[in-house]
Amino acid sequence: MTTANTNRVIDAVWRIESPRLIAGLTRMVRDVGLAEELAQDALVAALEQWPEAGVPDNPGAWLMATAKHKAIDQLRRRTTLERKHEELGHRLETQPETMADLDVAMDDDVGDDLLRLMFVACHPVLSIEARVALTLRLLGGLTTQEIARAFLVREPTIAQRIVRAKRTLAEAHVPFELPPAPERAERLSSVLEVIYLVFNEGYSATTGDDWMRPALCEDALRLARILAGLVPNDAEAHGLVALLEIQASRSYARVGPSGEPVLLLEQDRSRWDQVLVRRGLAALARAEELGGALGPYALQAAIAACHGRARTAAHTDWARIAALYDALAQLAPSPVVDLNRAVALSMVFGPAAGLEIVDALVAEPALATYHLLPSVRGDLLAKLGRADEARAEFKRAASLTRNGRERSLLLERAAACASEPTPPGD
Amino acid sequence: MRFMMFMMPNIPVEGEWMPTAEAMAEMTKYNETLTKAGVLLDLDGLHPQHEGARVEFSKGKSSVIDGPFTEAKEMIGGYWLIQAKSKEEAVEWAKRCPADGCMIEVRQVFEMDEFPPDVQAVAK
Repeated sequence: MTTANTNRVIDAVWRIESPRLIAGLTRMVRDVGLAEELAQDALVAALEQWPEAGVPDNPGAWLMATAKHKAIDQLRRRTTLERKHEELGHRLETQPETMADLDVAMDDDVGDDLLRLMFVACHPVLSIEARVALTLRLLGGLTTQEIARAFLVREPTIAQRIVRAKRTLAEAHVPFELPPAPERAERLSSVLEVIYLVFNEGYSATTGDDWMRPALCEDALRLARILAGLVPNDAEAHGLVALLEIQASRSYARVGPSGEPVLLLEQDRSRWDQVLVRRGLAALARAEELGGALGPYALQAAIAACHGRARTAAHTDWARIAALYDALAQLAPSPVVDLNRAVALSMVFGPAAGLEIVDALVAEPALATYHLLPSVRGDLLAKLGRADEARAEFKRAASLTRNGRERSLLLERAAACASEPTPPGD
Repeated sequence: MRFMMFMMPNIPVEGEWMPTAEAMAEMTKYNETLTKAGVLLDLDGLHPQHEGARVEFSKGKSSVIDGPFTEAKEMIGGYWLIQAKSKEEAVEWAKRCPADGCMIEVRQVFEMDEFPPDVQAVAK
């Protein structure tokens, strides 16, 4: 095998093995930064040795053994050994030594360690950008360069972000432990937020972007599935998986032939990936089976599932969607949720019902530059025969959108609004 | 990216393939590994080839041949559909399968955007 080939294989092995490797090392050395350094040292050793010696049969165990030996070496070489370092060195030496033992040990402990690592990387003491960078680095197996490309920032920016994040974790003495029960919901929420942000960044990528960007959707999906496997009794984890699978199922339908965005209700549903729709519905079922009220991610997933189940837009169960938005508005209120709720209600009860809600949102500062607000309002007004007002709204929406094709579509809708008949007596 | 992993169990053509409990447990564990790693999308097993049929097309006609067929080594027993960032990663996953004596063929799945626009337009 050529060195170039071997390097690609090593990249692949790293993506597969590095999260468990770093998680296991963090448990041993109790410091995420040091664990990552040791893992990177093992990677360097692999890059040096595997091209000639070949890729080992059990690359994960090889990397772990190599990292462990380096950890012991490092601790021994310190001129001033604090007592706890001596103890730590002793603890490391009494750990399993053979490849087979390491393999078994890793399997046994690694689930919990991986979960601990997720919680630490997504700790609320870190800014959201720091959490995202650290998670993609430690759990996504992405290089700093890949993260930078994916988020359209400079590589040194990401590198700095990661360095500072590790320092913050150390200074805050964040323990490598599962969060205690009272904190669990909040801490889990923090992890879900990170994964969802990564997905949305990928989902917002447009054709012509670096392929690392839409690949973020796959990265996020993978992380979400891993998390759901680690916390199988947490309904929201399954809810997030469901939401992401179903949203991802629409990837090829969302963009038209000229790169223009296609609204959900106008998408060619034969282009929805049914493998992902099925997986999304299965994940939603798991969330629902766990009982209790659905959380925000599960509710959003349930709404996405309503669309996912509908063979055509006309088959959509709007009543169910409206009810789900009602629940979501109670749990996680936001002007955007209200806007979507208005659309659903208008589908069930007619445009006037939806307009009532939308009118109340017009003054909402959060939606001041959100083009979908006037777009929805225009649509409802047009359905009510208030053509002049509808035209004005579509023009306003066109002025707010940054997307050229969307602007054209909105201006077309404005032009299509037939003039209202002049009222008698004028 | 997606990849199919075709399992070729390489068993006697007329044989009934019934895995031992141990082999089944190992395969189940492997499938769980794929699930826990977040890369498994789908998987399925196939009925033995001697229950199947082949349709061959030639000169505008089709002909049907019932199994078994002769090439035991190439007989597909089942498949996995996985998500991976590269062929090398898919191959690494395949290597981890407890498939002693078998063969796994790894093939990338075409994504819609790999086809030229006119093909995409008609593909449904």
